[in-house]
Amino acid sequence: MSTLHINGKDRQVDADPSTPILWALRDTLGMTGTKFGCGAALCGACTVHMNGAAIRSCVTPISAAAGQKITTIEAVTDGSDKVGKAVHEAWVKHDVAQCGYCQSGQIMSATAFLKSVPRGKHPTDAEIDSAMAGNICRCGTYARIRAAVADAAKSLA
Amino acid sequence: MNFDPSTFAAELPMNLQALLNRDTTTPTEGLPRRSFLKLTAVSGFALGAFPLGTLAQDAAKPAGLKPTQQPSAFVQVDKDGSTTITINRLDFGQGVQTSLPMILAEELDADWSKVRSVHGNNAPAYVDPVFGMHITGGSGSIAHSYTQYRELGARTRAMLVSAAAAQWKTDASALRTQNGVVIGPGGKRLTYGELADAAMKLPVPDTVVLKDPKDFRLIGKATGRLDAKAKSSGHQSYGIDTRLPGMLTAVVAHPPVFAAKLKSVDDSAAKTIKGVKAVLRVPVDRGGEGVAVIADGYWPAKQGRDALKLEWDTSSVEKVDSVKQLAQYRELAGKPGLRKFDADVSKLAGSAHKIDAEFVFPYLAHAPMEPLNCTVSVAGDKAELWLGSQMPGLDGMVAAKVLGLAPQNVKINVQMAGGGFGRRAIATSDYVVEACGVVKAAQAAGIGAPIRTLWSREDDIKGGYYRPMHLHTAKIGFDAQGKIDAWDHVIVGQSILGGTPFEPMLVKDGIDGTAVEGMKEPYEIPMRLTVHHPKVNVPVLWWRSVGSTHTAFVMETLVDEIARTTKQDPVAYRMKLIGNDHPRHKAALQLAVDKSGYGKKTLSAGRAWGVAVHESFNSVVAYVVEASVKDGTPTLHSVTAGVHCNLVVNPKSVEAQVQGGALMGLSMCLPGAAITLKDGAVEQSNFSDFVVPRITDMPQIAVHMVPSADAPTGMGEPGLPPLAPAFANAVAALSGKPVRELPFKRA
Repeated sequence: MSTLHINGKDRQVDADPSTPILWALRDTLGMTGTKFGCGAALCGACTVHMNGAAIRSCVTPISAAAGQKITTIEAVTDGSDKVGKAVHEAWVKHDVAQCGYCQSGQIMSATAFLKSVPRGKHPTDAEIDSAMAGNICRCGTYARIRAAVADAAKSLA
Repeated sequence: MNFDPSTFAAELPMNLQALLNRDTTTPTEGLPRRSFLKLTAVSGFALGAFPLGTLAQDAAKPAGLKPTQQPSAFVQVDKDGSTTITINRLDFGQGVQTSLPMILAEELDADWSKVRSVHGNNAPAYVDPVFGMHITGGSGSIAHSYTQYRELGARTRAMLVSAAAAQWKTDASALRTQNGVVIGPGGKRLTYGELADAAMKLPVPDTVVLKDPKDFRLIGKATGRLDAKAKSSGHQSYGIDTRLPGMLTAVVAHPPVFAAKLKSVDDSAAKTIKGVKAVLRVPVDRGGEGVAVIADGYWPAKQGRDALKLEWDTSSVEKVDSVKQLAQYRELAGKPGLRKFDADVSKLAGSAHKIDAEFVFPYLAHAPMEPLNCTVSVAGDKAELWLGSQMPGLDGMVAAKVLGLAPQNVKINVQMAGGGFGRRAIATSDYVVEACGVVKAAQAAGIGAPIRTLWSREDDIKGGYYRPMHLHTAKIGFDAQGKIDAWDHVIVGQSILGGTPFEPMLVKDGIDGTAVEGMKEPYEIPMRLTVHHPKVNVPVLWWRSVGSTHTAFVMETLVDEIARTTKQDPVAYRMKLIGNDHPRHKAALQLAVDKSGYGKKTLSAGRAWGVAVHESFNSVVAYVVEASVKDGTPTLHSVTAGVHCNLVVNPKSVEAQVQGGALMGLSMCLPGAAITLKDGAVEQSNFSDFVVPRITDMPQIAVHMVPSADAPTGMGEPGLPPLAPAFANAVAALSGKPVRELPFKRA
């Protein structure tokens, strides 16, 4: 039994310590907002925050999460997180999602990125691209992702 | 959402009936004596009654209307006015979850702020009204259901008006509707919510008058997706998110060569993994064999699969080698084949200019972001499946066959899908058959729990059903003005549809229509087209825009090359060659030219224009792009699209489909975007070696639509085909060398 600190709460997870956080979230805790895409840290669909930094939960074992603060899409977009809220709203405004499957991970990467951008600074397209390059969207929503991240940055400035 | 078994079988086209009668089952066997069971009894998930539409169960059904025309199956208005519209297609990103309800709500005069939508199932009401079967494909959702959904809305509205007229004891003609309310004489009002119960008990009118398009207030308005919030917060549920009480997860070890059998299985290590419940031999696609590891979650199941020691018997299956296959295709191209078009090619000999070209296109995986999965729950003589299916009718029948159940007892709950691009419409229902085979094997081993069979990304990339590899050859003769004397063309590639239930519809005289679509048109060309369909042990399938993925590239780069060779502007040359029968091509191309600044704007140093125009699924898309080449690596900077899809239902949605189609077109160009085989095995495994575009590859893109009031044509796919040739034409303009292979070669 492992204890994970997820979205501000301690959660007991009965799984082998080598189990990736992704599967503890999805299969053990029923938190399905975090998505499985590649299982190899190549697509970013499984992105969560560990102590505020974007990590790939599909390759991070729960043993590495002991004592760390894990934040998932459910908490980032529930309105309590200022940056997450701005990103969520920009995503809706720009109608970013097509199939939407990768968007949890996109939003988690965008939120971590915007938290790292000094207030008042507007990131360039190249900076946005660089921050979002680890997240694959097969539908091709990148143009709207770019616009939504820039818009969220603007609203936070 | 009535699920009416009595009409189920009668609705199915003949060719699907034939499929139903085909033996798709293979005996399943557990590992005798060695079956590994930690669970002796797991109670099956109780199947609820199939949900019934609560709105109009009692409505009189006029004899003249089909299930696809009954409002009760599509509209539910609750007391508070909430209006739930059922879509008869899979939404896997293309946005019909919003645009189909827009069409219905338009004629219903619904309050859009109260409209939501849900997926249908494999009941007869949800067939494509043109194809007559359950299918999301051929860019047909809006094109085929535009009138259907308008009529559904108009019928529902008429019933609400009749109910209000009855209540007010007035004539229906004195009433009008607006934003979810019926308004009567003196301005009295009844909401749709107040009227729904009474309205839906009234007879469904046979004929209805539809709105004059000039009165549309929803259709044509840029409308945000109904699922935007859910998809921007992790709350949208997909097939993979299905959770049922006691549900187990299966991961299947597939043969390394398609259709291979098992020689031996050592599951001793797999059994020691915590959470693993059973290891079972299961039949897999194409008569092959696999091993399912069933566990209480994906991770232990995957760990269990990784721990299997398997020996395979590949002696009786063809082991494809892509290098040799290309050589074989080249040899085949020189031989007599099937003739699609004929023309006098003897004129080639005397032509002033000649092109002798060969094009090569690799296998391509769809790689939707949501890995393939299918959850199956069986209780007694009934089963329910949860999956993002493009063909739930067929999948349901095939599932019934595998499970040994009556087709009407198998319900397919169509789930939102994380992409698909064709991979979820498979004539063999490969992953559905596999998931049902797993459940059958589990039942034989005493496991009655619902099971979700889930593919890893590696399973997906290696799992077949690719866009077929193709070889094209073209010998073209033309004069100094670009007048084409003769064009002798050969296509070599596997038939997608041969041997499937679609063969009678789409294969003519042995030629698969999906292999040659997009050839010749819209140009007036004396073309001889020869086709070869070799049989290869690699499963192939439609991939967004199907034949146009390669035919558009060949046609549009060759036409461009003729223009370059004869020193003509590629746009002017196309306009001349298109002739007068294709005004939509000209309009789309002209719009892209005008909006891009082509021919007027001075490009930055090192950049060139590229142009292409192509029709697929009755819509025309033209691209004018700007590209550069640095150190041998081409970069696409900007794309201006001119789109002709007739009436645009939701401009935001069409824009998104063009953006997405363009990016998937670009994906074909990226070095590493190829599936290759060696010794029968697929060489790629994940996004590390099967390259797909990232945000850093995304050009600036502007989408413009030609105004039109004609009935809408498809837009899910047409944005794809012209992108790669437009990009290649810009690269060729810079380098002076034509691009004749996709993906582009690495610098």
